[in-house]
Amino acid sequence: MPEIILDLDFVLGHYNYWMFVILMMTGLYVTVSRGNLIKKIVGLNLFQTSVFMLYISMGKIVGGTAPILTGDPDTVYSNPLPHVLILTAIVVGIATTALALALVIRIRETYGTVEEDDILKMEHEMDFGVRKPDGGSR
Amino acid sequence: MLDIVKANLPALQVVVPLVAAPICAMLGRGGRAWGFATFISFLTFAISVSLFSATYAGQPISYEMGGWAPPIGIEYRIDGLNAFVLMIVSGVAALVMPYARRSVAVEIPAERQAFFYTAFLLCLTGLLGVTITGDAFNVFVFLEISSLSTYALVASGAWRNKRALTAAYNYLIMGTVGATFFVIGIGMLYMITGTLNMADLAMRIAEHGDSRTLRMGFVFIFVGIGLKLAMFPLHLWLPNAYSFAPSAVTSFIAATATKVAVYVLLRFMFTIFGFDYAFQASTLENVLLPVAIVAMFAASLVAIFQDDLKRMLAYSSIAQIGYMLLGLAFLTPTGLVATIVHLFNHAVTKGALFMVAGCFVLSAGTSSISSLRGIGRDMPWTTAAFVAGGLSLIGLPLTVGFISKWYLVQASLELGWWPVALLIMASSLLAVIYVWRVVEAAYLQPAPEGVTRREAPLSMLVPAWILVGLSIWFGIDATLTTTAASRAADTLIGSSQILWQE
Repeated sequence: MPEIILDLDFVLGHYNYWMFVILMMTGLYVTVSRGNLIKKIVGLNLFQTSVFMLYISMGKIVGGTAPILTGDPDTVYSNPLPHVLILTAIVVGIATTALALALVIRIRETYGTVEEDDILKMEHEMDFGVRKPDGGSR
Repeated sequence: MLDIVKANLPALQVVVPLVAAPICAMLGRGGRAWGFATFISFLTFAISVSLFSATYAGQPISYEMGGWAPPIGIEYRIDGLNAFVLMIVSGVAALVMPYARRSVAVEIPAERQAFFYTAFLLCLTGLLGVTITGDAFNVFVFLEISSLSTYALVASGAWRNKRALTAAYNYLIMGTVGATFFVIGIGMLYMITGTLNMADLAMRIAEHGDSRTLRMGFVFIFVGIGLKLAMFPLHLWLPNAYSFAPSAVTSFIAATATKVAVYVLLRFMFTIFGFDYAFQASTLENVLLPVAIVAMFAASLVAIFQDDLKRMLAYSSIAQIGYMLLGLAFLTPTGLVATIVHLFNHAVTKGALFMVAGCFVLSAGTSSISSLRGIGRDMPWTTAAFVAGGLSLIGLPLTVGFISKWYLVQASLELGWWPVALLIMASSLLAVIYVWRVVEAAYLQPAPEGVTRREAPLSMLVPAWILVGLSIWFGIDATLTTTAASRAADTLIGSSQILWQE
């Protein structure tokens, strides 16, 4: 019997996990690569949202219904615990986003820009008292 | 009444500062918020001292939150290790609060001070919660409470230098990425075991055995916590955050935040994953050991070339974290004792040094080393405190720094890794250079003309000198700290060896 190279059922059956991986990597990449402070926060949000997806996926049981007592002993319930955990994580995520946006507002007020490159140039000037030549760091 | 308080001490340890925080915000301007926050910090310190003495005999305390028995409910579990860390965190807070009044008065506008102390209490709550809890997800929640308030505290340095804002922003981005990695790791562990209680996790992981999910969970947790504790290549947030935060904040978070993260790493590695877990052991030897040694040298070298005192101390912190990770990487009982002893020793030393830096900022208006010329004559007590703390940073005998390095060298010689022992001593020489630069400027160079710098007020000098005194006291008689550390190490090893037999 030939070795199965691509188990299609496995790949398709775990599509929510693939989505988690794609979202997570997209979010992380946006956070790291963008120079705009707001876009970085957008990336961070994507990154955090992917984790919500991971937790909710693992709580799902095939054929399971919402975990509300029905009185019928044969009912299959989804696991409510990951959902509750993710409620907490969502709150943490909102708090982080709110704080990050508040910081960006203050940065915009004091530096007059939300572009990391411009801010780095200004900070370089503060450190060494000279203007950095354009296109220095990136 | 007293019995009820006594039975609920573990909960009160976290609840007292948590409830106090919003009250503090409502106290308005003036000294009231400060007085209240100081009182609360003394109270939490008293609670952690009584928890420490209760666990000193070796019997861990298990507290069921809300009466729900573990592993279903959240358990607060206090053993030799976290009782020790709790005492470090609340002790430093109780010393920083009296120090903060004069320092905060010049660095934060009066109408915002109540919010500053609120954030401070929330940060304390988070750090204590991370340490005391026996539930893996709870660690994440408290870690974020402490981190979010730390970002706000760092940003509050913006009234003195606007760069605190970008420092806080970068810290927020990296800290959140770290926390999210950590929570993914916990998710993987939950997928395997279906539990979040640490003791239960350990047992089920041992039954489950090795798997790719477990390895991924371990790696996510390792990298996530690595970001939080400024493990060498992941340390980029630290220098700016420490240099631009208000002085009181820097001395508090430098002495506690990274230490708590090291504690979390110890707890996950040893209690949850177990001591003999082969993949973990090879990660420690092949990843952590080189990283720790590079941190010791690279960060010390960078520290030598800094002009700003706070920034120099920040880089030195990264190097000192290298020593803690080195003790961990040895994977021997002596190495573990070295790590835990250094947790305390570095908290005391770096807390004192950052307090001294804060005194310089208050009197001279800046912490740049070139502007500290001749300051030894104007501020003799402050500068003397710096010298004593600096000696401990180098690791001279009769200071706590020596005790840490003694254990580290001993641990490396036990394994026969004498090159590592030589490297530990060589990196201490780098500390001599950067400490000497400040001493030279302060004592040997003439003061700039027309500058008068007054000695720091007693409310700032006394806490700094208490920490310096501790660093000398425990350098001469280290029985208490080393006993506590070896007990803590024994608990960790004891709780893990039964779990993992290959």
